[in-house]
Amino acid sequence: MRLYLKYFSIHLKSQMQYKVSFFLTALGQFLVSFTALLGVYFMMSRFNEVAGFTLQEVLLCYGTILLAFSIAECFGRGFDVFPQMIGNGEFDRALVRPRPIVFQVLSSKMEFTRIGRVLQAVFVFCYAIPASGIVWTGDKILTLALMIICGSIVFFALFLVYAAFSFFTLEGLEFMNVLTNGGREFGRYPFSVYGDGVLKFLTYIVPLALFQYYPLLYLLGRETGIAYMLSPLMGLLFLIPAYAFWRFGLSRYKSTGS
Amino acid sequence: MIALQNINKTFRVAKRQAGFGNAVKALFSREYEMVHALNDVSFTIRDGEMVGYIGPNGAGKSTTIKIMCGVLNPDNGVCTIDGRIPWKERVAHVREIGVVFGQRSQLWWDVPVIDSFELIRDIYKVDEKLYKQNLDELSALLDLSEILKTPARSLSLGQRMRCEIAASLLHSPKTLFLDEPTIGLDAVSKIAVRQFIKKLNAERGTTVILTTHDMQDIEALTERILLIGKGRILLDGSLAELKKRSSERKTLVVEYSGSMPTMCEGMTLAESREGRLIVALDPAVLPVSDAITKLAAQTELLDVSVSDITAEEMVAALYREYRI
Amino acid sequence: MSKYLAILRIRFSNSLQYRAAAIAGMVTQFAWGFMEILAFSAFYKVNPDAFPMGFSQTVSYIWMQQAFLALFMMWFFENEIFASIANGSIAYELARPIDLYNRWFCQSAANRLARAALRCMPILIVAFIVPEPFRMSLPPNIGQFLLFLLSAALSLGVVVSFSMLIYISTFYTLSPVGVRFIAAALSDFLAGATIPLPFFPEQLRTIAQWLPFASMQNMPLRVYSGNITGSDAVRGILLQIAWLVILVIIGKLLMKSALKKVIVQGG
Repeated sequence: MRLYLKYFSIHLKSQMQYKVSFFLTALGQFLVSFTALLGVYFMMSRFNEVAGFTLQEVLLCYGTILLAFSIAECFGRGFDVFPQMIGNGEFDRALVRPRPIVFQVLSSKMEFTRIGRVLQAVFVFCYAIPASGIVWTGDKILTLALMIICGSIVFFALFLVYAAFSFFTLEGLEFMNVLTNGGREFGRYPFSVYGDGVLKFLTYIVPLALFQYYPLLYLLGRETGIAYMLSPLMGLLFLIPAYAFWRFGLSRYKSTGS
Repeated sequence: MIALQNINKTFRVAKRQAGFGNAVKALFSREYEMVHALNDVSFTIRDGEMVGYIGPNGAGKSTTIKIMCGVLNPDNGVCTIDGRIPWKERVAHVREIGVVFGQRSQLWWDVPVIDSFELIRDIYKVDEKLYKQNLDELSALLDLSEILKTPARSLSLGQRMRCEIAASLLHSPKTLFLDEPTIGLDAVSKIAVRQFIKKLNAERGTTVILTTHDMQDIEALTERILLIGKGRILLDGSLAELKKRSSERKTLVVEYSGSMPTMCEGMTLAESREGRLIVALDPAVLPVSDAITKLAAQTELLDVSVSDITAEEMVAALYREYRI
Repeated sequence: MSKYLAILRIRFSNSLQYRAAAIAGMVTQFAWGFMEILAFSAFYKVNPDAFPMGFSQTVSYIWMQQAFLALFMMWFFENEIFASIANGSIAYELARPIDLYNRWFCQSAANRLARAALRCMPILIVAFIVPEPFRMSLPPNIGQFLLFLLSAALSLGVVVSFSMLIYISTFYTLSPVGVRFIAAALSDFLAGATIPLPFFPEQLRTIAQWLPFASMQNMPLRVYSGNITGSDAVRGILLQIAWLVILVIIGKLLMKSALKKVIVQGG
């Protein structure tokens, strides 16, 4: 942990060497997701509701997904640039150092410009939390916290899967975008909007709905079962196959070297 | 002690042919071929030895180094380094080795070198006292004290390489792998790096394994040479021995004015520029004095010098001999 | 002309080599389009009367957008060009007997065409066989289809000439990444990449339709789906031509002064 903080400070130092670039990129990040927000706003003000959710309720979803994704991206950025790390041989350097591999990959890159997105998610929450009409009792606050924390971890696991795929192919990685960036883009509406098939897929295969749709129902008081409240925790199980896949990819890398 | 026994390694590579038609074809089916990167490679390196590992590009040098570093597993065969199998006990193994990849940096681009060093200290959990001692010693030997506060991006190539080498030695490794450490350096830096490596080996007894294309590195540094070609170890011996093998051969540098002389038996033209020839000579076929006479008969000689074959030419001759 | 054709051919060969990338890209774009359509259909269920386009028009809009993503999206930048400005290898480009603006323009257009050509067919085939209401429909008539082709070509021109301005801005700014993000985000949004322009609120739409961004994907996609027809289509295409000319002129002028700066400062 101390070493991670060390990495953290050295990354921060590096990025602060280019302050103008840093702020413009952060602003860019803010704007990119701002246009997505505008899209939601335009659609919701035209139709007033979607699949039984109002604008304020949708915004809770939007904030959760965006914040979870940005946190995961900020700290899991090492996985995101992992294909380059393999491509340019930097990964071999990690292999000749006496620390856990995942730790080294994670600390190899941190992306603080994502603060632009985090800020936006915070703004959205500032509006949606009071406007949603929810009475924020202890259990609801806990649920929202679980949604965000577990959401980050699930996205984080998805990045891990993405990185693991790059042991097999460096070109064919684009399809993972459907799950990572796609998860963020489409998660701005509750996943039930996309119909039963998609919802099932996002419940049982890639558990994005477990920290978004189900606990949202609990927040809104439409479901009261404790299972709905704790469903984000179940999503954490996704880490197991993700990590197993990473191990599998790593062992293959060590036998092919590419 | 490093011991490799019957190490084999094969890779599957996709064939890629030029041309638009072939590119379309490759969309649907792709041919693969098996490449034997290493074929029954065995050798032993004792503690404190300094070994030059040479061979043309693609001969299997870096595959061997990767196996010894624990980055790659071989298909079969045994490799033990200080009793450990590198790819099975990665963490314990890599604590004892230092690796310099000549073409890739381990320094952080935008922060002062000293910050990178401190991070490496923490990665290897180097004891503060030992770190201090190593840092002082390395900065003195490699003349780093002036540049430790500079970000890596503003260092010259030679300065950066010296820092790279220091970075790989902060944890006092028993074995140092150097992959082309002098590539792209100017003459002064090359000599500084060589002197340092020599000193390191002599004073600390660090085992050094060096791959390079620069024969002067080999000449200056290593007692022992391993020659690899097409995945096989072709030669394992001392530089002196190798030189003896081809010592009968001489190099003639001839300056002349007038028409260019023709070669006769026993002479091979190595290089020809206006008024200047470099000729490889086999004295067993044609004695040196006869050769000069023959040349003098054909043109007006201005200057002739005779020397033993250089390491560079020797290696080129070896490559030719083994067709690699 | 032959040198421009050569650029095009090299780009095609290059992109053909990356088979896995092409397949992965198609899967992504297909899944993406499908999700978009599902979202729109959820809104359609809420209130069909509030839907500003026909539903099947929207479906066609989205499938065409995904199939020709590389043609119309601003964020497909040429990293080569950014790199050549940043690291100074632009000096070599200047030594070649070819106008740099034309060369970059051609290179970007060729790359976009190559990517799109490689990827559009499978997506279109699937889009034509999925069950209703997700199936894509043909344009109402052949005339409309020809208008679409014309408008698509102009749209590519407008997209590339706008992205040229962003490349050129790299000469003047310290942060190409930031500028790139911001420009791409704004222009793609105003071009109807996130939601089609008809879904915009009234006032914003009135302004947006005159901006150069509306001459990008907005035009060809809506012409194809039959959302813009007749004299509206002709007017739109004239506007596209106007923007194309204006953007190219601005780009060439900026390029000239940027290069002057490069030469004076020695890069």
